[in-house]
Amino acid sequence: MLNRRAALAATLSLSLGASLATVALAQAPSGKVTVVTSFSKDVTDPIKKAFEKAVPGVTLEVQNRNTNAGVKYVEETKANNQVDLFWASAPDAFEVLKGKKLLTPYKSKATGIPDKIGSYPINDPQGFYSGFAASGYGIMWNDRYAKANKLPEPKEWQDLAKPVFYDHVSIAAPSRSGTTHLTIETILQGEGWDKGWRTIKEMAGNFRAINERSFGVPEQVNSGQVGVGIVIDFFAFSAQASGFPIKFVYPSVTTVVPANVGIIANAPNQAAAEAFIEFLLSPAGQEVLLEPGIRRLPVNPTVYAKAGPDYPNPFTDPRFQKMIGFDVDKSEGRTAVVDTLFDQLISFQLDALKGVNKVLHEVDAALAKKPNDKAKALAEEARVLLAAMPVTEAQAASPELRGAFTGGKEKGARQAEIESQWASFARDNYAKAKAKAEEALKATK
Amino acid sequence: MTAIPIPASRPRRSAGTPGQIALALAIAAFLMMFLVLPVATVIYVAFTEKGTSTFTLVNFYDFVRTELFMRSLWNSFYVSAMAVVWASVFALPLAYLTTRFVFRGAAIVQTLGFLPLIMPPFVGAVAMQLFFGRNGSINLLLDDWFGFKIDFMEGLNGVIFVQSVHYFPFILINLSAALRNVDRAMEEAAQNLGSSGFRLFRRIVFPLAMPGYLAGASLVFVKVFDDLATPLLLNVKDMLAPQAYLRVTSIGIADPMGYVISVVLIVASVLAMWLSARALKGRDYATTQRGGGGLAKRVMTPMEAVFGYGIVILILALVLAPHLGLLLLSFATIWSYSPLPDGFTTAHYARVFGESSIYIKNTLIYATIAGGIDVVLGVAIAYLVLRTKLIGREWLDWMASAALAIPGVVLGIGYLRTFYGITLPGGTPLAALWITIVLALAIRRLPYALRACYAALQQISVSLEEAAENLGATKARTVRRIVVPLMAGGILAGFVTSFATAAVELSATLMLVQSNSDAPLAYGLYVFMQSAAGRGPGAALGVVAVILVAACTFLSHLIIERSQKARGMGH
Repeated sequence: MLNRRAALAATLSLSLGASLATVALAQAPSGKVTVVTSFSKDVTDPIKKAFEKAVPGVTLEVQNRNTNAGVKYVEETKANNQVDLFWASAPDAFEVLKGKKLLTPYKSKATGIPDKIGSYPINDPQGFYSGFAASGYGIMWNDRYAKANKLPEPKEWQDLAKPVFYDHVSIAAPSRSGTTHLTIETILQGEGWDKGWRTIKEMAGNFRAINERSFGVPEQVNSGQVGVGIVIDFFAFSAQASGFPIKFVYPSVTTVVPANVGIIANAPNQAAAEAFIEFLLSPAGQEVLLEPGIRRLPVNPTVYAKAGPDYPNPFTDPRFQKMIGFDVDKSEGRTAVVDTLFDQLISFQLDALKGVNKVLHEVDAALAKKPNDKAKALAEEARVLLAAMPVTEAQAASPELRGAFTGGKEKGARQAEIESQWASFARDNYAKAKAKAEEALKATK
Repeated sequence: MTAIPIPASRPRRSAGTPGQIALALAIAAFLMMFLVLPVATVIYVAFTEKGTSTFTLVNFYDFVRTELFMRSLWNSFYVSAMAVVWASVFALPLAYLTTRFVFRGAAIVQTLGFLPLIMPPFVGAVAMQLFFGRNGSINLLLDDWFGFKIDFMEGLNGVIFVQSVHYFPFILINLSAALRNVDRAMEEAAQNLGSSGFRLFRRIVFPLAMPGYLAGASLVFVKVFDDLATPLLLNVKDMLAPQAYLRVTSIGIADPMGYVISVVLIVASVLAMWLSARALKGRDYATTQRGGGGLAKRVMTPMEAVFGYGIVILILALVLAPHLGLLLLSFATIWSYSPLPDGFTTAHYARVFGESSIYIKNTLIYATIAGGIDVVLGVAIAYLVLRTKLIGREWLDWMASAALAIPGVVLGIGYLRTFYGITLPGGTPLAALWITIVLALAIRRLPYALRACYAALQQISVSLEEAAENLGATKARTVRRIVVPLMAGGILAGFVTSFATAAVELSATLMLVQSNSDAPLAYGLYVFMQSAAGRGPGAALGVVAVILVAACTFLSHLIIERSQKARGMGH
């Protein structure tokens, strides 16, 4: 223990010395700059190449981790940090890092980048992280699969709840994928808490699978195991660029959010980290984003001149201007609650949810042939039971729930306890809904 | 369990020489440092109350009360048990046919039968989906021709299917080693007494090979019990390991349930290991004559040969389907909703060889060192447990076996937490060095080597050592000149298993890799498989990994065969 403490003290003084030295040499970045990122090799390789060419003397060391694991890694290693930058899509992850004081503010000198994309601010107001690319959320599908299974082209989230899409849709779990979390939050903010959850559950009744990795969804759609996926746009664009028979649409309730980069607190090579951010935001760095393997939306509007005519431009495309204003604070305050609700009410109850939904689709089909008021009323009762939530919007953001989910210091309810309650709530409601739905089906006959 | 008591008249051995005590202490220190301490720092959370740091069992109470967790526990037991059954169905014929008969290409069959174990994570399930998935080649063709599909990959049955294909080599390799060690004299005695055919196998041969079979079966059980990649890739979440993983990585330390589940996993695995050891306890499997010598190999009649080769080919075709899928994928341009790829190309290999030689080099170095550490520790622990009366020697065995049940992420986080604060001269944290990855791999794979060494030693009669000692050899010399050579087959089996599986390990590695230049193959694969354009190169890298490890395996089989021939034991 004593040894460990001595070692720690030695490190501290060493790193203090190192950071002083860094300040002195801030003008000429050199050496190794380490970045933890969730981006794939197809994204990082071209950028690494272009960056090392633009800033000679600096090598970019890429550590590939998924967003959640990356955040945990930075947290676990903060005592002796060796990482300079965090680079990922989900703004939430940066909020978490910022909240834990694991980021250093840095204001880029880049010019020509507007304050907002759609209605979303590009940079963190306090300067802890900067947006360098944008992405929107939407629906991708496999054209061969759709033709073979006679699926229509979806346009809105609600379309995915239609009977024809039963068992054909895939999504990543929001608790596992920062971007999917934002999609869910977007729907909740766009349609309101109750209606939003209803839409989500009606879609979920058609889900084929709930994936553990963001990339699991495009992978399944690309290979044709599943027809339709709820994804972030560049998954579809890069699959198209690779030659897969993929199509993509932005629904009207969606949002476009920046992917970000931020400097880790006590970065061993601050100067090079700053140089990397400057490069990413420079026109040369922004142009790399247009490459087929990347296909992200640059945040510098002038760069779009070099993109093809079909490339979506969030600065001119009217669809993006209509996108909803996304409230980051609201999202951040209830992140854990929303994710856990999704897991307990949908992920872990998917079979039950699908079971009810299947019967309801049959009722709809029967009603379309022969209207029946009693069956219609029963089916609506079943739908209300399905859509019911154990907590209101206000409760979801309450300090009690936040305390239970964030391991706050005060003794309160335990997360496992609350989860157990929500799970039984869902189980009971789905069982009742199933009974109603079956009654409705009988009434149609 | 009817145990045959060991005669008490056997001469009592001393409680342990100073050398043995020192060895035991050294191993215990190693395990404490690199297994118990890192894991304890993590599971400590399971026993503390939220917000305070007081000891509590309330988290376990929550576990028992949560329907999801109890369902997961039951599902995990069910899937593991069924996987053992199916793995035995695949492994028994292969092991028996290749060791019992003069079988052309036995080494090739053994090697091919070993391949599924070294299917790297992610790629394996992707490749299986391409063939057996809902819209995989087989189902698309079935649907086209007959208008129906088969749910190979759905739900718990899908997990059982994939797992038994993936892990049956554990049984194959251990059972084959055991069969090779069965004393021919036993068999001949039985034959002289009129036993033959299936009765001979059932009453004499199989019981004598029991330690090997149980060693393999318990490994399969425990591996399936704590494997998370397969259920997750098939989107099955209500099993214990995925639940632990999901909670540890997505909620983190704020919630103790992930760690509670880890504790349950560890306890269940140790229990399974203990039960299998218990089943063998008090029975004597050792044979004196040269420590075995293998079954007399018989020549098959033409009818038997057709039947035998037919079964072998059928099983191999099934268990190697994922590799064929991987191979196709590595040459495919686009493969989407069609029985076969749209076109073929060699571009993926060009890209992989251009970028990935460092991964290959690292993998070979890491896996070799890890495998080496494992067999040294495995032999030492097996010897201490089976041949000495040291107090607490079984704890070494349990500790080492428990490593099997520790989720890779838990070990990874534990290493970061324990070793990151320790800095080397120059400010680099201990956890950032590549040797940490090697140690994690060695700890993760130690149980494999240990089981193999343990089974090998169980089959060697103590009287051989006693004879050596009576003739004046020291304990150390006896071990060196008698025990280790007789265990060679088992040791090699243990090394190959540890080496090959360490070469494709991902979950602990992913947490510990600090730079691309230190990364092993599995990490490279993971990085490739994150994008649409990386699927092909990822598959190509997977093929490289499989070929590499298969070559090493084949080599070691040749060595076993040759050493047996050299000792006049082979056919």
